[in-house]
Amino acid sequence: MALAEEMVKIAVTVNGKRYEDTVEPRWLLAHWLRDRLGLTGTHIGCDTSQCGVCTVVLNGRAVKSCTVLAVQADGGEVLTVEGLARDGKLHPVQEAFREAHGLQCGFCTPGAQMLAYALLEENPHPTEAEIREALDGILCRCTGYQHIVRAIELAAERKEAKA
Amino acid sequence: MSTVIGQPVRRREDARLIVGRGQFTDDLKLPGMTYAVIVRSPYAHARIRRIDVSRALAMPGVLAVFTGKDLEGVLGPVPTAWIPPNADLKQTVHRALAVDEVRYAGDGVAMVVAEDRYTARDAAEAVEVEYEPLPAVVDAWAAVQEGAPLVHPDAPGNLALHWTAGSVDQKAFDEAEVVVRQRFVQQRLIPNPMEPRAAVAWYDPGTENLTVWMTSQNPHIHRFLLSGILGIPEHRLRVVAQDVGGGFGSKISCYPDEALVAHAARTLARPVKWVEDRSEHFMATTHGRDHVQEVELAGRKDGTIEALRVKIWANLGAYLSTAAPGVPTILFGLIVNGCYRIPQASTEVYGVFTHTTPVDAYRGAGRPEATYLIERMVDLFADAIGMDPVEVRRKNFVPPDAFPYTNAFGITYDSGNYPLALDKALERVDYGGFRARQAQARQEGRYLGIGFSTYVEMCGLGPSEVAGAVGFQGGLWENATVRVHPSGKIQVMTGASPHGQGEETTFAQIVAEQLGVAMDDIEVVHGDTDRVTMGWGTYGSRTLAVGGSAVAVACQRLIEKGRRIAAHMLEADADDVAFQQGRYQVQGVPGRSVSFQEVALQAHLAWNLPQGVEPGMEATANYNPSNFTFPFGTHVAIVEVDPDSGLVRLERYVAVDDCGTPINPLIIAGQVHGGVVQGVGQALWEGAVYNAEGQLLTGSFLEYAMPKARFFPPIETDSTVTPSPHNPLGVKGVGETGTIAATPAVVNAVMDALKPFNIRHLDMPLTPEKVWRAIHGKGERQ
Repeated sequence: MALAEEMVKIAVTVNGKRYEDTVEPRWLLAHWLRDRLGLTGTHIGCDTSQCGVCTVVLNGRAVKSCTVLAVQADGGEVLTVEGLARDGKLHPVQEAFREAHGLQCGFCTPGAQMLAYALLEENPHPTEAEIREALDGILCRCTGYQHIVRAIELAAERKEAKA
Repeated sequence: MSTVIGQPVRRREDARLIVGRGQFTDDLKLPGMTYAVIVRSPYAHARIRRIDVSRALAMPGVLAVFTGKDLEGVLGPVPTAWIPPNADLKQTVHRALAVDEVRYAGDGVAMVVAEDRYTARDAAEAVEVEYEPLPAVVDAWAAVQEGAPLVHPDAPGNLALHWTAGSVDQKAFDEAEVVVRQRFVQQRLIPNPMEPRAAVAWYDPGTENLTVWMTSQNPHIHRFLLSGILGIPEHRLRVVAQDVGGGFGSKISCYPDEALVAHAARTLARPVKWVEDRSEHFMATTHGRDHVQEVELAGRKDGTIEALRVKIWANLGAYLSTAAPGVPTILFGLIVNGCYRIPQASTEVYGVFTHTTPVDAYRGAGRPEATYLIERMVDLFADAIGMDPVEVRRKNFVPPDAFPYTNAFGITYDSGNYPLALDKALERVDYGGFRARQAQARQEGRYLGIGFSTYVEMCGLGPSEVAGAVGFQGGLWENATVRVHPSGKIQVMTGASPHGQGEETTFAQIVAEQLGVAMDDIEVVHGDTDRVTMGWGTYGSRTLAVGGSAVAVACQRLIEKGRRIAAHMLEADADDVAFQQGRYQVQGVPGRSVSFQEVALQAHLAWNLPQGVEPGMEATANYNPSNFTFPFGTHVAIVEVDPDSGLVRLERYVAVDDCGTPINPLIIAGQVHGGVVQGVGQALWEGAVYNAEGQLLTGSFLEYAMPKARFFPPIETDSTVTPSPHNPLGVKGVGETGTIAATPAVVNAVMDALKPFNIRHLDMPLTPEKVWRAIHGKGERQ
């Protein structure tokens, strides 16, 4: 507000829909998604880029949206948890998280699912060790990770079955 | 016949959470929303000389700045809600914002409210506070020494409380064959639920009603306490905790912050949102544990434990948090004997003020601290007498035929079969085979270790009469209302307030089982003081044992009411009508039956009810348990220690838990996994560290090592089933077992691995550096 003269125009495609907005250069992508677009599925769990709860997919790569400025997403494509399901059908990652009890409080879940989505896009058949390694990008305090690992294994199986 | 209970039913709360449609506090956006930031002291101890808010107030978009002086006489002090009797508790004043003096790094000194969160943050930086730093004390042991800086002038020697329980005849030690003594440091932990604390408050000047949406484990307790601080009558205050992103004890407490947000909303007549950032969480949300323990055990060479004497200094931080005085006393001191029949035992507790973040309940709350010390002592005792630690455990177990068993502190364990769980665990890990493998590995210069934790815990908090007797300033019963609508659809209102535990599913399972209706016809409502009559919340593994029992009792009341109506409809005597799988059936007449939901419709229509039966189909139960519950089990950790790096690798982890009758095995497994990982976190990595000036050196996820997925093998779970005899479901609770059991299992395993180096004990966390130094320090001396 105070810095209106420094506002910058951006255009970002989020979950397949193009948004144009005027933002402060310092706004975090996470805040822009949540506060300006109302996409509150992307949560914020820390302020030092460690927890990964805010993970979204930007131009095909999993990023921590608290560490990306909204202006950096200009011209890009963002996929958030709200865009995972298509035509009213859950993505296999979402189905698997539910099936395998991969969530408890659900706060890290959107980030964990986006991380899983990006992992499986890159490596459709990860080993358990590869999944655990990939999960370095997220902190979960509830599940002990075990059912998240299982959910990602299950999602990989299901994706393959559908492909 | 059980059809729903005991099934791994998939969670219904997941439907919204996996698509990003949860409703967490920070997700709420009200028209005209404003944003608050709390200015916190960077010093652990300082005098406030001057606060200048003028620069902040002058910034465009800033609506208000509050300081402690502004709130004098406006906001009441933040109370503690646990006053253990005969403990000489010093209830020092905790103001919502500090006046004159700050007592920990993170103590609030001002709050800024602005039109948006970025402006609020800018303005918070512009609040000028002039401090005169004073000497600080951060360690409980140091704080009780002569000449230590005082945290509160009215708590001499920094003693917040002194509490004792049980007694031991000195002769037991004087005449003992073996005495084992050990000092343990139970390090300070930071809860770190993934959702930081948050609050949104909205005041309606017309009705004078205030609503606070907040991250709460117990909205009714928060309403009660906030009402006192704010001076708003309880009936005009509504507290809502819709989706809450984990708590682990840290969202039980009533903090100043949520009261400040509510006060700002009332003052500005605008909705106000405050969201803690993670760095703030590290400083300003309660921590857990933090004991120095001196433990003495007297026993015989044949492995019999004869007496246990425990003396601890518990760091309570700068102020008494909501449940803080009860955690290191009642929840710790009365069960230090664990699962063992120890004829004489005593606990002495010094609760100590320091210039650190207040300490309160953290997953397990007192019971992990107790379990750790007794499970470590048993291993040290086994070492001292050259006996297998498994055999020492077996020798001292409260035997299965001794239940209900009353321990030396007067606590009565409801039921248990400790050898059964132990045997199951031994079989799974192939104990004999492991010892052979361990011996072989040592030949090769590899160091494997096995550690046992045969824990029991006291949970399902608890009988209200006991709550009163031990000074808890609340009841510990639970409320449930089961409301059957005319269409047969059912709402269940529970005063337990789950935040990840899955009660929207498990409570629906209970109702589906009891009333014989479809899961899809049942909705569980929680976390709203306007929708749920009363409740005491979710903590102490009480939700299922107490809240679930309330649901079951309410269902039974509906069944009985329905039986009278059904009998009337079926023209039969109520005594001849049986209720099975959702239908009232005239016994011996197969065709004559009516469903529960059909009866519910008739109850609502009330066209033709039997004499004396009121219309409607709703029942409320306020279930007050007659005892705590005592889940137990055996956890086994197998580790390998790398002597060159000091790194501890967890090779296997087996958890055999007995939480009574299982309602949903999938959710139980999830609770065990999460609990174990948190317990292992304490054993190996986690620990809050302050420097001498009271600066938190582990103030972010960069420095505070949280457990990660790649540190773990799959955790192997198994169970035995010993129902609790005193609640209608036979359940015991499983939310804390993993955290309680895991820590000593892992430390015992590491110490077992380090035996060749003659290392008797290392305090947690067993970081590579600590282990390496121990190995190499000893190695050089030998």
